[in-house]
Amino acid sequence: MQVKNRLRPFFENLNFERDDNTMVINFGPQHPSAHGQLRLILELDGEQVVKAHPDIGYLHRGIEKMAENMIYNEFLPTTDRLDYIASTANNYAYALAVERLLGIEEKVPRRAKVIRTMLLEINRVISHLFFIATHALDVGAMSVFLYAFREREFGMDLMEEYCGARLTHSAVRIGGVPLDLPEGWLENLAAWCDKVDYETKHTYEALLTENRIWRMRLEDVGVLSKEDALSWGATGVMLRGSGVAYDIRKEEPYELYDELDFDIPVSDRCDSYGRYRLYMEEIYQSTRILRQLIPMYKETEPQLMADAPRYISQPKERIMTENYALMQHFVLVTQGMRPPKGEVYAPTESPKGELGFYIKSEGEPYAYRLKCRAPSFFHTGLLQELLVGSYLADVVTIIGSTNIVFGEVDR
Amino acid sequence: MRPYRPKKNVQKRAYYNDRFWVAPPVPREAVEEGTHFAEVVATLGDLCKEAYVSLGTLVVHIDANENFETIKRLKEQCGYGMCSEQSAVDYLATDGEFELFWQLLNLDEAKRVRVTTRIKEGEAIESIYPLFKSADFAEREMYDMFGIVVNNHPRFKRILMPEDWVGHPLLKTYPLHGDEAASWYEVDKIFGKEYRDIIGPENRDPAKIDRYDTKRFSRIGYEVPFGAEYTDEEATPVEYSETLFVNYNKESKELSERK
Repeated sequence: MQVKNRLRPFFENLNFERDDNTMVINFGPQHPSAHGQLRLILELDGEQVVKAHPDIGYLHRGIEKMAENMIYNEFLPTTDRLDYIASTANNYAYALAVERLLGIEEKVPRRAKVIRTMLLEINRVISHLFFIATHALDVGAMSVFLYAFREREFGMDLMEEYCGARLTHSAVRIGGVPLDLPEGWLENLAAWCDKVDYETKHTYEALLTENRIWRMRLEDVGVLSKEDALSWGATGVMLRGSGVAYDIRKEEPYELYDELDFDIPVSDRCDSYGRYRLYMEEIYQSTRILRQLIPMYKETEPQLMADAPRYISQPKERIMTENYALMQHFVLVTQGMRPPKGEVYAPTESPKGELGFYIKSEGEPYAYRLKCRAPSFFHTGLLQELLVGSYLADVVTIIGSTNIVFGEVDR
Repeated sequence: MRPYRPKKNVQKRAYYNDRFWVAPPVPREAVEEGTHFAEVVATLGDLCKEAYVSLGTLVVHIDANENFETIKRLKEQCGYGMCSEQSAVDYLATDGEFELFWQLLNLDEAKRVRVTTRIKEGEAIESIYPLFKSADFAEREMYDMFGIVVNNHPRFKRILMPEDWVGHPLLKTYPLHGDEAASWYEVDKIFGKEYRDIIGPENRDPAKIDRYDTKRFSRIGYEVPFGAEYTDEEATPVEYSETLFVNYNKESKELSERK
């Protein structure tokens, strides 16, 4: 039997009785196309949005608080839960911030760098496929969802073959990667790249790019000017879709991106259609990067973790044979590494935009403060301006086009 | 003698500390002449109290009441067109202060500047919303997490936590599992304070086991039907299936071979 409580029933979705002839409607937090727990309070004049207030925090788990109570290695799997569509991007952004703090970024072995870059690009493709699938579904194109999820599944199979997990990968460690690539993985990767390229060109783009309905729903919807994009802190495709050619992989390169040959697609359309085209183009660029990485892997030495015994455990052979390595390993596991005293901010280009970790260390094994700069958080703030003036039917398109993930927004 | 530990910080601390170990600082470099950062420091002039380059980022210390002016100059004169992050660090336990930082990005030069300042507890800071709209959410989050009041913000209220929440979760005095108010929040809100005795505080210990809770737990040897109350503590005779147990004493073909 239900216990009587104080949550009185009320017509939560509609508020008709207003003096100024506008209507307030409540969107979410449980809306299938809100991409998580987004609550929007929309004020409508007829069908046009006059005011939009995003209400977030329904997925708030206090990840920054948890970071202050965990040793550095312990926190890494928690970062999976930020942007759970592309977990490796989060793992990597966190690992990079800690490595910069420790000063061991250059010591990461080349094979680990190749594997990390591969994983990052696979995650980018997975995330972009997820974007196109859900975006098309939101707009009303059901079949693209089915096709895009098929290729995404194959990509997740690759991730599973490498690290054992499909969604929460934790495939990167501070100082390198834990595992070498399994046998036959590179062949699967090359085949997957071909498949993704083929399907993107012949299925998604063929279905959508010149599709009359798709263009009508996306063109000139959610127009974000260059000034607004900069002012609201938009990054990633949101920024490049507004005509600003800024990609952290090119401008502030990390890992192997300065050695790789790839282009940064930019659009000055400033609307949802331009952003959609950028996502499609980025898939091609990612597969292009992956193809370049495959021969690079074969030229590398087998070392996988950085040689920095103060912070990173020694390889297993040495732990098992040398007393001092065993002692260091014991201290690192039970107490955790103690990084230098100071602060670091490491930006990376995650599939959603600029994902950066600010870490303040007081020399303790626990971070004194960790701030996760999540792109989706700022893109959600942007909705306040982007939605105003658009029609109710376009609200879902615009939310889909910003590609926000609520694990990241609420943290 | 035991080392002093500030009691205003209830976050997890290292159990063991080497008495003679001093954490090395992250390397800091002076701002070199002729670089982009030197121009930035020159433009800021007196606003900049201390400036150094740390890990490729220019760190500028300023006075708290000059934050708007500093960031305005950085935006308008030095080309820092994006405020990618702003937040605070809680030093109340040791210094009675908050450290605030703004992370700015120059997209043409691909350079980053971190503006930092310190404010006392209870002091307010000027909003930079007129310069960067990204401050809208970032400042609300800073208030929500630390209780730092921001002046002249257009919609100043909590963002992640509920409006009627008590306390600011990222303060060092706030325990990881929530404080007293947090444990009663949902009971008070949904049922009312008079139900506190009936429902009890929210359990935030995921490993907690209630031996008298027969809905979620069953005690081996004392099983009762779902939801039934324990009337007496007599053991229930349980018949386990024999097949569960493997008799390793039994002679098997493989064992004999190995012997």
